[in-house]
Amino acid sequence: MLKQLLLLFTFSFPALAVAQPDLEKQLQTQLILAEDGDVIEWPAGKITLSNTLSLDAKSNITIKGAGQEKTILSFKNQKQGAEGLKVTNAQNIVLQDFTIEDSKGDLIKTQQVTGLVFRNITARWTGKPSKNNGSYALYPVQCQQVRIENCTAIGASDAGIYVGQSDSVWVSGCRAEYNVAGIEIENTTNAWVYDNVSTNNTGGILIFDLPDLPKKRGGHVHIRNNRVLRNNYKNFAPKGNIVGKVPPGTGVMILATHDVNVYNNQILDNKTASTAIVSYYITENPIKDKDYIPYPSAISIRDNTYSTGKRMPTWKNKLGFLFWLKFGRNVPHILYDGIQNPEYLAADGTVKPEHRICVHNNPNGTFANLKADKKFKGISRDLKPYTCH
Amino acid sequence: MLRFVLWALLSTGFGFFTPQPDAPKWQLSEYGFFTGNLADLSPADGVFPYDVNAPLFSDYAEKARFIYLPAGEKMTYREQETFDLPAGSVIIKNFFYYHDAARPEQGRRILETRLLLRDAKGWKALEYIWNAEQTDAVLEVAGAAFPVSWTDAKGKTQKIDYIAPNVNQCKGCHAYDGQFVPIGVTARQLNRGAGNEHQLLQWQKAGRLNLPEEFDPATAPRLADYRRPHDGATPDQQARAYLDANCGHCHNAHGPAGTSGMFLDISEQNPERLGVNKTPVAAGRGSGSRKFGIVPGKPNESILLFRMENDDPGIRMPELGRQLKHDEGVELIKNWIKEMEQK
Repeated sequence: MLKQLLLLFTFSFPALAVAQPDLEKQLQTQLILAEDGDVIEWPAGKITLSNTLSLDAKSNITIKGAGQEKTILSFKNQKQGAEGLKVTNAQNIVLQDFTIEDSKGDLIKTQQVTGLVFRNITARWTGKPSKNNGSYALYPVQCQQVRIENCTAIGASDAGIYVGQSDSVWVSGCRAEYNVAGIEIENTTNAWVYDNVSTNNTGGILIFDLPDLPKKRGGHVHIRNNRVLRNNYKNFAPKGNIVGKVPPGTGVMILATHDVNVYNNQILDNKTASTAIVSYYITENPIKDKDYIPYPSAISIRDNTYSTGKRMPTWKNKLGFLFWLKFGRNVPHILYDGIQNPEYLAADGTVKPEHRICVHNNPNGTFANLKADKKFKGISRDLKPYTCH
Repeated sequence: MLRFVLWALLSTGFGFFTPQPDAPKWQLSEYGFFTGNLADLSPADGVFPYDVNAPLFSDYAEKARFIYLPAGEKMTYREQETFDLPAGSVIIKNFFYYHDAARPEQGRRILETRLLLRDAKGWKALEYIWNAEQTDAVLEVAGAAFPVSWTDAKGKTQKIDYIAPNVNQCKGCHAYDGQFVPIGVTARQLNRGAGNEHQLLQWQKAGRLNLPEEFDPATAPRLADYRRPHDGATPDQQARAYLDANCGHCHNAHGPAGTSGMFLDISEQNPERLGVNKTPVAAGRGSGSRKFGIVPGKPNESILLFRMENDDPGIRMPELGRQLKHDEGVELIKNWIKEMEQK
């Protein structure tokens, strides 16, 4: 019944000289009029849209396409709005079974949503990866209880799957390819990232805490059973963005975050930094945020498989070049910048247990403390201070 | 029949619109906000015009603004937040272009009328699109896009695909902690006019507004009218008024752009939060390869200005409601950044 009404509603404007194609208008009208418990089905076929589709202030809504590669929403000719699909101020929303591509800004942005599922979605920019692509393919921000399952993200000029300022997040079974960052967890608490493939990005998986944000601290992040492969793609982020500093050839990077556990992953053929643990100082950006803690702490890197072969680290990045100077073709897999928060030290000069960085049982995994605070002089490969788990 | 179906649909889809007189009308004329020829926008009883100090730029569209208050009801003044309007109130904003901006007497084309309706639960938006004959406007929840042309104040012909927002997009700006709120009905926007012409004092006299006894136009919040550079406001006051009206409704701690950590509302005093030497968070290509929101003394290195000057939907700011560059606004902010003290 509702559907017939909607159709009537949608096609009851013949007299208006409005140019929005009927289907676009129908999709948007459905989203506006959706009621609690509705399942909205998007038809198969390629749908061209000129404006952001948006869902606001709804509960218990499922939006379902006919399948990835079957229902394709294209924003190639977008005129208005930065996002492809935007979901805001909502509860219990399921998005599944469609492809969305080529928006001017982010592909799917969700903000202030509690209870959110992205399932079987392909979000991509077509064509060669370009700095003119939008920032994020899948972009939950300020959300709680987010599941991102079996999704594919391609071509983002920032991060393919980007979870920002959120809590309770599961990212699993996804594939991220040809993004600057494959998967990024930023200022987010309680995140589990597992069984994903992140490959051919500039950086595979990034766990960042950044300053100047309303949600201050991330942490309690588990990165396990992922395949982080050949993330050697050139960095095509527009300058000014923090991911623009990520060296091509980065596998997993932990920046200034607390309580991050990286285990049972295959981190292979990332040519510059298979795993980097760094403070915000490494970005050389100024820090004005007085509540911000720029140091990583309580980090565990264990039981991961590493191999890089005899690859040259990138020269297209200051750090990569420095690694080449220091290590040639034998860059250690696990790199810690060594910039230490004095407040994390006990009286005897050792790091307090709750702040330790632990590196344990990584077959083939080599390690170095870069001593970035000593201008990279006296680089140490001694694992002993980091033997804990 | 069709009318009935739409009616049924709207009263279920918009369950908050009961009883009859408060229900959404299919056509603008049905509300009776205006008397005589609708396009003349002559206010009926209970409807009165208002003006703001610092308007939002909307592709050079002109706006005719009105408030409807239910008979015998009053608004209540608040110093910082939106005025308290009684249930049943409606804020009415008409968007139009003069055929020739230099010769308003030659007539105008009204494009859309946006209504903000206040009921017991809060605020809702409805969007009406005017017909070509200018006899009425029809409800259009999904918005609309249509070509528009006019002659601008410099005599140049302007053509755009005018985009009227859908009701969700209305909330893209009109949100405070996720709740729908009006933007312009604040002391700082409405505190204008002198002597007997003072807007708020007039309303008080007419029984439309509760003003606190100690209200004094000279000390109450007031945004500079950035369109009148010779009004005595400093360039800083003008620029901050411009940013408050054009950016601050999203870019504040409670607004949709709160995630960026860049706050441009008039109350913000922390330079970093205003964007000074602040790195972008999720700007993507919106950064224009620039490093900081505002670089004092260097407008051409400031992301803020880059986004104001750009017309790409993925880059431009504001994100909605602007396709054309606002030359005067860009000039104002450019000079403001240029004059900012370099550390």
